[in-house]
Amino acid sequence: MRDVAVISFAQTPARRSVPELNEVEMLMPAIHDALAQVDMTIDDIGFTCSGSTDYLAGTAFSFVSTLDGVGPWPPIQESHVEMDGAWALYEAWVKLQLGEIDTALVYAYAKSSPGDLPMVLTRQLDPITVGPLWADSVSLAALQARALLDSGKATEADLAAVAARSRKDALANPNAQLAWDRSVDEVLAEEYHIAPLRRSDCPPITDGAAAIVLAAGDVARSKVQRPAWIRGIDHRVEPIHLGLRDLTVSESTTIAAGKAGVAGGKVDIAELHAPFSHQELILAEALGLGDDTAVNPSGGALAANAIMTAGLIRIGEVATRISNGEADRGVAHATSGPCLQQNLVAVLEGEN
Amino acid sequence: MPEISLPASLQGVEAVRSVRTPAQLDYTFTAGDATTRFLKGITQKKIIGQQATPDSRVYVPPRGADPELGATTPIEVEVAQVGTVTSFCVVNLQFYGSGMEIPYTSALILLDGADLSIMHLIQEIPADQVRIGMRVEAVWRDDADIEPTLESIKWFRPTGEPDDVNVRIPGEKRGTGLGSWVGGVAPTELVVRNPRTGLGGTVADGGEG
Repeated sequence: MRDVAVISFAQTPARRSVPELNEVEMLMPAIHDALAQVDMTIDDIGFTCSGSTDYLAGTAFSFVSTLDGVGPWPPIQESHVEMDGAWALYEAWVKLQLGEIDTALVYAYAKSSPGDLPMVLTRQLDPITVGPLWADSVSLAALQARALLDSGKATEADLAAVAARSRKDALANPNAQLAWDRSVDEVLAEEYHIAPLRRSDCPPITDGAAAIVLAAGDVARSKVQRPAWIRGIDHRVEPIHLGLRDLTVSESTTIAAGKAGVAGGKVDIAELHAPFSHQELILAEALGLGDDTAVNPSGGALAANAIMTAGLIRIGEVATRISNGEADRGVAHATSGPCLQQNLVAVLEGEN
Repeated sequence: MPEISLPASLQGVEAVRSVRTPAQLDYTFTAGDATTRFLKGITQKKIIGQQATPDSRVYVPPRGADPELGATTPIEVEVAQVGTVTSFCVVNLQFYGSGMEIPYTSALILLDGADLSIMHLIQEIPADQVRIGMRVEAVWRDDADIEPTLESIKWFRPTGEPDDVNVRIPGEKRGTGLGSWVGGVAPTELVVRNPRTGLGGTVADGGEG
């Protein structure tokens, strides 16, 4: 396998709403920052891939307009996925494996504020039997949380502990949207939002963007002192019908973790794309993480959850901590679809 | 086809051949910085293009990014309210939401001073007389009805000037009369100038120079 690394990562500060900018205007600072960090322009990039969905802002073909932000002229090699940017990164990684290019730009963005996000996300459900019920994303997550509590594998206090720890860690993340220091008891004292979930168990709705530059081998080494090498990456999907799945486990994450080689060494940090508190517990088990792994030091998706972007940000957060020497080996996870339907796992590592 | 076994209660019931699942999502749209500035100009009956640098393309309407430079377009340049039809189509079908009487003409119009054409209506001329190269001018609504929308321009009408026989497509510096083909050569990478590096696209190889 060809050595490919994350060599730069940039994100815009997560905000509930960015009404004064359109999507490309919101996205451009992230792209410009990611390229500038490694002294590159689009002319140095072999392949560009993006992740977003037009449903969020209700703007048809918005991913075509946002491509203007990279300067795609003369024509560039480019692709888009209607998924989280982590999957765009996967496509770019495959392209780099083919060996014809040495660099790739990956970006993702979400302007969820113009619409009603939980309702918009119903459109990703099976359109014949589930979509017409307008089962919103928070209610479906609550179904999953209920199943987990009923299984006896977690308590409401366990969920509250994830919520409290994530928001406290987010105090140190300048890009976080939701950060505070409250006790588990304070969280448990909240009323249910959609039982058994409290508001603190749910992610904020976020407008934001992120970009990553990938490079292979010596190009990566020439650009940064300590590239965050992608040692393994894999993604798996589960059936669209929730009734066919055991919602208390994440089989697809377990398979992806096996293929990506998570168990092949100590995991210093893990950034898990768990928009709801109970999902972090399911994912940590599926990944086989132990107590010696720092989970979501950025605050995770509970602190900022730009749709189609938060997964790519997880990869960026791990890469940053590897490049700056905070960690030697880390796991990044991204999810897509209702109740952790589809999952991507990447193992990143620094060289000493 | 796989065998499907139905419970007794459903046997003999007519098969479902289709379902209708209507969906509606409501959005509160904001125009963003570039389009907001453009539409504020429209309320002054001015058509104000934008560019990233003093030498780069002038975009009308501006969409927030110069696709050649991948940059914002902070510089504002008022362009003419007169331009050239670069392409058009005659609409002969009535469709939902259209208040137009058919047939009517929808056209791409390259305003003088702009590098991107706007789409608008051509009126005050029979649809079958509209042509590429025709010179047209904006016709505004009454002052009391001007709003921050391109519909504040009711339509474009012929100026009566001679046609621009050397009509250029948007973005090209000189006309070809043949759309994007320069000297009979398709715009391959060889003739495309890179606006960031200045490389490629010399006059000698058929590009813009």
